[in-house]
Amino acid sequence: MTRIGVVTFPGTLDDRDAARAVRLAGGEPVALWHADADLKDVDAVVLPGGFSYGDYLRAGAISRFAPVMGEVVEAAGKGLPVLGICNGFQVLTEAHLLPGSMIKNESLHFLCREQVLTVENSDTAWTREFERGEDITIPLKNQDGQYVADERTLDELEGEGRVVFRYQGGNPNGSRRDIAGITNAAGNVVGLMPHPEHAVEPGFGPDGAQGPRSGTDGLRFFTSVLRALVG
Amino acid sequence: MGRVVVDVMPKPEILDPQGKAVAGALPRLGFGQFTSVRQGKRFELEVDGPVTPEVLEAAAAAAEQVLSNPVIEDVVRVADIEADAAATVASQGLA
Repeated sequence: MTRIGVVTFPGTLDDRDAARAVRLAGGEPVALWHADADLKDVDAVVLPGGFSYGDYLRAGAISRFAPVMGEVVEAAGKGLPVLGICNGFQVLTEAHLLPGSMIKNESLHFLCREQVLTVENSDTAWTREFERGEDITIPLKNQDGQYVADERTLDELEGEGRVVFRYQGGNPNGSRRDIAGITNAAGNVVGLMPHPEHAVEPGFGPDGAQGPRSGTDGLRFFTSVLRALVG
Repeated sequence: MGRVVVDVMPKPEILDPQGKAVAGALPRLGFGQFTSVRQGKRFELEVDGPVTPEVLEAAAAAAEQVLSNPVIEDVVRVADIEADAAATVASQGLA
């Protein structure tokens, strides 16, 4: 069975939900610990959301120096699929696996809502089960979610098709060009602020076509990577 | 024991939501003369012994690599806190 590592840093909140999402998608979740420089031979890695190290210094800044991250950065360079969700996305930018950074939401408020996203790139390891241009709904919950980068970087991301998700129906946090998620040039590393792992099982997700809390759009992130790995 | 102070500010072109909120609160308290506020961070790094040029150099490297994120922030000062205070006192003619 395909093994997907889920990293726990001090202050990570969503590692259990991420592990559960991996299981529901048909993979085997493997717990990875921030202090161990060991990826346990996993086939992919998820950096889940939360407030690692209390968001001290900057969100994701201290996690970047955790022993496990040295391994993640090296393996990502060799093509290992890596998904950073929310705080995990912030860790990926601090580790320079993805460009740009996140600052406080424009409103200064913590936001928690069901968010519609447009899928703009369905070729990455984590999005191949989506259609390009498809709208999906998954939860968004954060305080530092405003994606920023300089104009040259933004133009580069757009030009290379590396904007993976854009906020639909209004920009919730002031992110440049409505960007909700991006990928690296190779398409194996993806980071996004909203939370796919909270929309993987009927009865517990956002409202969907089948009724209240029926939305499971998040599950396809995980089935995508399983398919990418099997080939 | 020496101490190095490092000041980090959000880049001028990056919107500073915290500074904006503070700027909004000041007039309500009667401080109407301040037209803009930007909020940054100050770090104080302690070392055993005096602040040598090598210490300052290491502090500058730490400021660039860890204490700030160059995408959103600028390091605006890396200085020996004692020398800085002495210089300020001297410039005011009090020393």
